[in-house]
Amino acid sequence: MENNQSNAPADAVSEAVIANEKAIHEPLFHVVKRDAMPWYKSWGIRIAAVVLAMLVVALFGFVLTKNDPIAIYRVMIDGAFGTENRIWSLLLDTALLLGVALAVTPAFKMRFWNIGAEGQVLMGGLICAACMLKLGDKMSTGLLLLVMVVASMLAGAIWGLIPAFFKAYWNANETLFTLMMNYIATSIVSCYCYIWSGGGSGRVGIINRKTKIGWLPNLGSHTQTLNIVIILVLTVILFIYLRYSKHGYEISVVGESENTARYIGINVKKVILRTMLLSGALCGLIGMLLVSGTNHTVATSTAGGRGFTAIMVSWLAKFNPLYMILTSFLIVFLQKGSKEISTIFGLNDAIGDIVSGIVIFFVIGSEFFINYKLMLRTKKSGKEEK
Amino acid sequence: MSAFFLTIFVPFFCRAVVQGVPLLFGATGEILTEKSGHLNLGIPGTMYMGAIGGVIGAFIYEQKVENLNPFLGIMIPLLFSLLFSGLMGLLYCFLTVTLRANQNVTGLALTTFGVGCGNFFGGSLIKITKADVPNVILTRTHNLFCKTLPFASKLGWFGEMVFSYSFLAYLSVIIAVIAAFVLNKTRVGLHLRAVGESPATADAAGINVDRYKYVSTIVGSMIAGLGGLYYIMDYACGVWSNDGFGDRGWLAVALVIFTLWRPALCIFGSFIFGGLYIIHNYLTQALHLSFASQELVQMTPYVVTILVLIAISLRKKRETQPPAHLGQNYFREER
Repeated sequence: MENNQSNAPADAVSEAVIANEKAIHEPLFHVVKRDAMPWYKSWGIRIAAVVLAMLVVALFGFVLTKNDPIAIYRVMIDGAFGTENRIWSLLLDTALLLGVALAVTPAFKMRFWNIGAEGQVLMGGLICAACMLKLGDKMSTGLLLLVMVVASMLAGAIWGLIPAFFKAYWNANETLFTLMMNYIATSIVSCYCYIWSGGGSGRVGIINRKTKIGWLPNLGSHTQTLNIVIILVLTVILFIYLRYSKHGYEISVVGESENTARYIGINVKKVILRTMLLSGALCGLIGMLLVSGTNHTVATSTAGGRGFTAIMVSWLAKFNPLYMILTSFLIVFLQKGSKEISTIFGLNDAIGDIVSGIVIFFVIGSEFFINYKLMLRTKKSGKEEK
Repeated sequence: MSAFFLTIFVPFFCRAVVQGVPLLFGATGEILTEKSGHLNLGIPGTMYMGAIGGVIGAFIYEQKVENLNPFLGIMIPLLFSLLFSGLMGLLYCFLTVTLRANQNVTGLALTTFGVGCGNFFGGSLIKITKADVPNVILTRTHNLFCKTLPFASKLGWFGEMVFSYSFLAYLSVIIAVIAAFVLNKTRVGLHLRAVGESPATADAAGINVDRYKYVSTIVGSMIAGLGGLYYIMDYACGVWSNDGFGDRGWLAVALVIFTLWRPALCIFGSFIFGGLYIIHNYLTQALHLSFASQELVQMTPYVVTILVLIAISLRKKRETQPPAHLGQNYFREER
């Protein structure tokens, strides 16, 4: 309004108000949080995202190899399921990835961003290898296996507990802390690899190749069956633990709201420490399965990036252990299939990372449409239609 | 003493700086991103993308022309690198800011994707472009990037320690100084810090939160990508090797904590980290270290970073805390 004249015409003021209202432009759409969606709708969205991602992958494959999508997927399926060996390797890798994903899940459900699974697995594997090397001739096989399991779980648990302790008592940033712990674990493992390799090669080689002391026994005819069975049992146990036990309930409450948890009398510090103990111990156990049951050696690449991939597997499955079977299978299938593409077309095998990256981006993005909805601008006023 | 200084310390210092420059780029970029409240764990992947972007640009240009035009020879890889890493930043922003996806998961996926892209295109570039060369070796571009100041060699050890680097090294320091200035002395920096500390307050004060997040993350990613470019064009002499960049990206994330989210401190921090990265070579000669203990020396930067992390959470000084909303997405209608 210009000047302070007492006889300013009233309509000038109202004109200014109207002009002002026009100047406040309403955005084209705005974002609103959704109520819970029926499960079939939310899964529909997720499946649509995966299908879309597959189309993008096919396009990517077409640009690179000039082959039609069906041919590309045929190659991928052949790469994953083509021979009996491939199917076993697919199942084993799925199980191992699933195992690490299970291990990180309790912590993630508590919103404790443990990205140190890689290090926890490595420490478990390292201690397991140490037992195989040093205790192999000192005790019976059964006792040795027991010692290996306990020691590996303990090592992983300690590696997980250190950041949890500082998080619980002093609120140190756990994402960054656990990330750093990975590289310390890598250095320690590579140090011991040099020590155990004898010479300067830094490669341990197959431990107890002849005696097979400390190797996980075969279940049935195939070497990998026991690994897979153990991890499947673990899946069921963890599902029950998270869904039906008091601990699982406490984990969910702390994850949803720490203040609520404190208010209803949950000892938050205790829950954080206990959950990370479990998470780390499970990681250690997977490390043991990797060393004693799969590779029979230890190296800095023992965990092989599973600690990071597992986080995506767990998150894509909404922290539900049963869904994780599906998501870990999807990721491993993509990796195996892409590897076949790269062999057949003479490309680099890193294509698997690109493909899984694309799929994960789409699924991550699709969550938005499950949790939020877009409200389009309504015609006249700022009020939205219900 | 003097002999030690000239024959050991001066070369060590120079190598530490060369190792530190990629970290400095990465950390400066990550600081900008984290100041807006987003913990971008995709930085390692972004740096790979910056590197491979430069490689692709330079490779195509080197294949196309016989004699490189010095200006284009530098600008094409530079722009490609900025474009690639900027796109990574855009993708991260779109997912975490607009679609409000979980930052940790998005970041890790971005790193998988970026490292995968780097290795894939680095390994398959020749096949894809159907070029008639056995390896991706960009010596000519490397020579352009490594032009040093002409008077450096005339100034003895001082010239070597201060003036012997390529222009990207100086650029990294300049960018860090500018970033420090913008963050601490300008209104834009104040707004950016407000967005990272308390986006709701910033929003209420009329700051466009999303725009700040987008701009800071994309600019941050571009800066980080330059680290990859420097690594490949200067340190690696224009030769791409898969996984050659190693874990430097994570080291850059560590450096951010080590320097308490301050770009100016980053300049010195990066040289310290760079020194720690290579010191085991020197210790082996001096102390007769075994291979095993060399590996242990390699973990010092990470141990030091953890100690800093513990120290700042114990002391709880306001000035040294991470941005309060680091890692949390902002949704205006959330209560």
